[in-house]
Amino acid sequence: MIKSREGRLPSLQTDRELVLGLIEACHAVIVIHADDLCELDRAIGDGDHGTNMRRGCEAVYLDRERLCSLPLPQAIETIGMTLVMSVGGASGPLYGTLLIEIGRRLGTRENEADFATILGEAIDAVARRGRAHAGDKTLLDVLYPVQTEMLRQSALINIAKRAEVSARLTAEMKAMRGRASFLGDRSIGHVDPGASSCALLTTAICRYLREYRPA
Amino acid sequence: MKGNTANVGIVIVSHSPLVAKGTADMVRQMVGDTVPLSWCGGNPEGGLGTNTAGILAAIEAAWSDHGVAVFVDLGGAETNSEMAIEMLGEPRSGMVAICNAPIVEGAVIAAAEASGGASLAKVVATAEELSPS
Repeated sequence: MIKSREGRLPSLQTDRELVLGLIEACHAVIVIHADDLCELDRAIGDGDHGTNMRRGCEAVYLDRERLCSLPLPQAIETIGMTLVMSVGGASGPLYGTLLIEIGRRLGTRENEADFATILGEAIDAVARRGRAHAGDKTLLDVLYPVQTEMLRQSALINIAKRAEVSARLTAEMKAMRGRASFLGDRSIGHVDPGASSCALLTTAICRYLREYRPA
Repeated sequence: MKGNTANVGIVIVSHSPLVAKGTADMVRQMVGDTVPLSWCGGNPEGGLGTNTAGILAAIEAAWSDHGVAVFVDLGGAETNSEMAIEMLGEPRSGMVAICNAPIVEGAVIAAAEASGGASLAKVVATAEELSPS
């Protein structure tokens, strides 16, 4: 779908529908689950992850008409910048970096790499930004497995399932980055809020793409 | 003073507006208006949190062509400060350093050093001597 191989790039008109649809899907899932995300964050952090994510998604949602008039790579990059400027927590730069890097790569290397490869490079940029690694109990523990599924060209439903399972698996990990790392072993047993929002967004995106029919 | 001061600028970034402002007050008491000084505290709504846009504005406000030293509290303050610094673009982003130092003591000692006309590297090194690791 978002694969950028020649002939599979959506037309401008399709970009518009795609961007609008994805913004609405992501906004809806975060608004619905904001309180749950705050609850998860209260257990091992400062309790504002849902509020922060909702603030970011609201800012993007309010700007959706302008955003969906942009070509897909530019829209993704601009959404990333909006998240950086509006989220008000470490998740802003992390999600922002992910989208900014994806957008820039989609824009400059259209026919050279497929989306899974681009996503992998963007995730590496997120890891550098947060100085975190897989297994540190962060959103990376969802992003890397999602990328693995994409490299395997798994069905969207399986990508979504892998994201949900991966988020749940963070409960077994000890937090090594972020506020939760101050708790040490006491962070074990709680699902990471960032991993959880990442799984929610992945699921919402996969669900939207399954229903989405390119023109 | 902005942009053409001989002294390194100081920026304080905290999750709390009160901590950020209070730290800035302590710095001001120590060095008066001899160093460009600015702070950013809280999320975009004024609650506890961090705020890239606000940090960017604070760096601009304390800008010195001799560089700017940034003091942060918890992780998100650092991540958002790094993002804000990148958004300054080259070459200015290379003239801003985040100090690995306690926010209050670090900012005060850095400002004292900066008020004597020390270089950014010297200001940062002096503040980071306070850090255990």
